[in-house]
Amino acid sequence: MWDLISSSIYASLLLSIAIAVIGSLIVINKTTAITGSIAHGSFGGIGLALYLGSSVILTTSLFTALLAVILAVITIRFPHRQDSLIGVIWAVGMSIGIIFLSLTPGYQSDALSYLFGNILLVENKDLIFMGIIDLVILISIIFLYHRFLAMSYDREFLKLRGINADLLYTYFLILTSLTIVMSVRAIGIILILALFTIPALIAEKFTKRFFTMMILSGVLGLIFMVSGILISYYYDISPTPTIVIIASIILLLSLLKRK
Amino acid sequence: MKAIEVKNLYFKYEKEWVLEDINFELEDKEFMAIIGPNGGGKTTLLKLLLGFLSPTKGEIKIYGKPPKENREIIGYVPQHTNFSLDLPITVFDIVLQGRLKKGKFFYSQKDKEKAKEILDTLNIYNLANKKIKDLSGGQRQKVLIARALVSEPKILMMDEPTSAIDPSGQKEILDLIESFEVTRLVVSHDIKILLRDVDKIAYIHKKAVIHEGPKLNIPKDKHFCEVELIEFLKDESCGI
Repeated sequence: MWDLISSSIYASLLLSIAIAVIGSLIVINKTTAITGSIAHGSFGGIGLALYLGSSVILTTSLFTALLAVILAVITIRFPHRQDSLIGVIWAVGMSIGIIFLSLTPGYQSDALSYLFGNILLVENKDLIFMGIIDLVILISIIFLYHRFLAMSYDREFLKLRGINADLLYTYFLILTSLTIVMSVRAIGIILILALFTIPALIAEKFTKRFFTMMILSGVLGLIFMVSGILISYYYDISPTPTIVIIASIILLLSLLKRK
Repeated sequence: MKAIEVKNLYFKYEKEWVLEDINFELEDKEFMAIIGPNGGGKTTLLKLLLGFLSPTKGEIKIYGKPPKENREIIGYVPQHTNFSLDLPITVFDIVLQGRLKKGKFFYSQKDKEKAKEILDTLNIYNLANKKIKDLSGGQRQKVLIARALVSEPKILMMDEPTSAIDPSGQKEILDLIESFEVTRLVVSHDIKILLRDVDKIAYIHKKAVIHEGPKLNIPKDKHFCEVELIEFLKDESCGI
């Protein structure tokens, strides 16, 4: 059994670091819709990579980073229209992916696996990429913790302190896009959003400091993933939806408890 | 050196003039109130003074420099109602944000001591470890004042500091503002601010009517409605 699930447990550990930091930042910055837009838009990068025969990780990373920059410009320059424009990017990215897939000869079953993901099928190269992105995330949060927190609370005040808040926000969205790329193989485009926001939403309710929120959401993310993997293994069901359902039940219970 | 110099200031948003030909000056350590109806351009003027917006025409100087080049000396107090209460952040962490600056990534011991000192001065040190959600409106506003003061500013700019605060809290905030020995500029739709020890008043409604010292002798027990205020300013021959 361990041989079959060991890679997915390592993937869970590595993903929990990203869930802790980026998931918490997504929730406190209210960028869930933007994250959904980048996640779905990343399908454009996947389609492009399969069409070109290039590296999916590299091509999708560049594509989603570009989407992140476009979304940062939209939210900074057109805040009153951001809701609709985020939806447009969401649809355009997916459309690009579908067009490239239809131009690619042969049946692209691999492309569909990115939509739903399977944590049991992650490979060593995926784990290495996850490790590299985790390292970037950890270094970023060590140096930028106070700035990210100030950005989440009051971006205008950060500007007044002489800090380029718009650049910091753009960097945060690029980090989000790289996190999506590292998760897409294991979690899938459609369910990434749930896994990155539910643990942070629960943690936010029970913590007084952002640091403890990050730790708690990382731990919750790990528990949800490992329990989901074990249940899906024993009952032979798809792991990612199982993880999301477990997380959603705990979220619901946490909301009821608060009431 | 003048604390604030505003000369022939115009600001256009899309095709509409929001502010036209605004002129005023403020001396060091003076206290100015900017009043006027909602939508009259008060907040736009404040954003121009903070350097968040650029004038369409005209010039603004804060202690001799354009606002964007002199932001370090500005302490800004936004409205406490603007912020999410769900954020897991303590009062102490919010106040420390006033010590952030370009090239600085970590807080020093001196930053923490300064934050403690300011919280103590404002009588809210007991709230340091509380989540912002657990505070009253008046306490939240004091936290934002503390965050502005901790950067040791030469000028404090405040946006509606008494809004959504109960009457006793409003009095406390205004007493506090009155006691600060820095240049102060307060934007308020609440004209009770005029019962305070203000040196200058700007009534903004697209254009500005400036009433300058000597200090106003508004009867302390009188509460003005806007029409009465304008009549009062007319009587004071301030050029309306």
